[in-house]
Amino acid sequence: MSSGGFWSMGGYARFVWPCFGIAFAVLSWNVWAARRFYAAARLRTLRARAMAASET
Amino acid sequence: MWTWFYRLASPPFVFRVAAALTPWFVALAALTIGYGVIAGLAFAPPDYQQGDAFRIIYVHVPSAWLSLFAYTTMAVAGAIALIWRIKIGHAVAAATAPIGASFTLLALVTGSLWGRPMWGTYWAWDPRLTSELILLFLYVGVMSLRPAFEDPGRGDRAAALLSIVGLVNVPIIHYSVVWWNSLHQGATVAKLGKPSMPGSMLWPLLSMSVGFMLFYGAILCIRLRGEVLNRERQATWVQEAVKS
Repeated sequence: MSSGGFWSMGGYARFVWPCFGIAFAVLSWNVWAARRFYAAARLRTLRARAMAASET
Repeated sequence: MWTWFYRLASPPFVFRVAAALTPWFVALAALTIGYGVIAGLAFAPPDYQQGDAFRIIYVHVPSAWLSLFAYTTMAVAGAIALIWRIKIGHAVAAATAPIGASFTLLALVTGSLWGRPMWGTYWAWDPRLTSELILLFLYVGVMSLRPAFEDPGRGDRAAALLSIVGLVNVPIIHYSVVWWNSLHQGATVAKLGKPSMPGSMLWPLLSMSVGFMLFYGAILCIRLRGEVLNRERQATWVQEAVKS
């Protein structure tokens, strides 16, 4: 496939490339959201531990 | 056998195993998705009817398969939690729901973008599309139901029940193109006998599908660790685990 043909996707570029772009966005969101979820849970656990330590 | 089953269900074991598996899932997902994207976009020949528009299959089909697989996982985990009172099942179900919902949305959006040049419309109330949309609503329902109860245990049980009831939609989605007249094409890969695709088109699709499953595994492990921390916060082992 030539470089021009690759980017134009045989005239379907406006359908093909957004699909891959949205897929990349969904994969990226999943990574970001999962890491954020885990970090928040870890922070809450650390805070609970610190509070428990300060009470004793 | 039961010892192994209950050991597998122990939160400290799940927490450790999920941490150990995550980098493997990430590395293998990057390799398989990388190969699938390059081979699917640059090396697979255009379809004789659809031209290059068929390349949307490389994100549409893996995300649709994953949406069904994740839902089945969520319902089975919920059933295990309800039947055997294994709490980790609720954690797996809660961790799976947002991943499955995002891939269902991806399947719907990419299907819509594929439908425009092929069918002349972004959306039709076709059995396959409608049942997949219902799957998205089920995911949203399960995610909304869990925090709707003051008692987290009741929320978990209600969400598990809804996901089990909604499981009836999974075979409906799969067989909708067989049972009803549909705009959507029939099975191309997942059919008995030989798939109606040449290897140069099929291998990137299988690679992308495996890659999406591995990616799901990686994200599930990360989310599951967060769920375990949220649910076992007061346990001594958790206090030790977060220190490191």
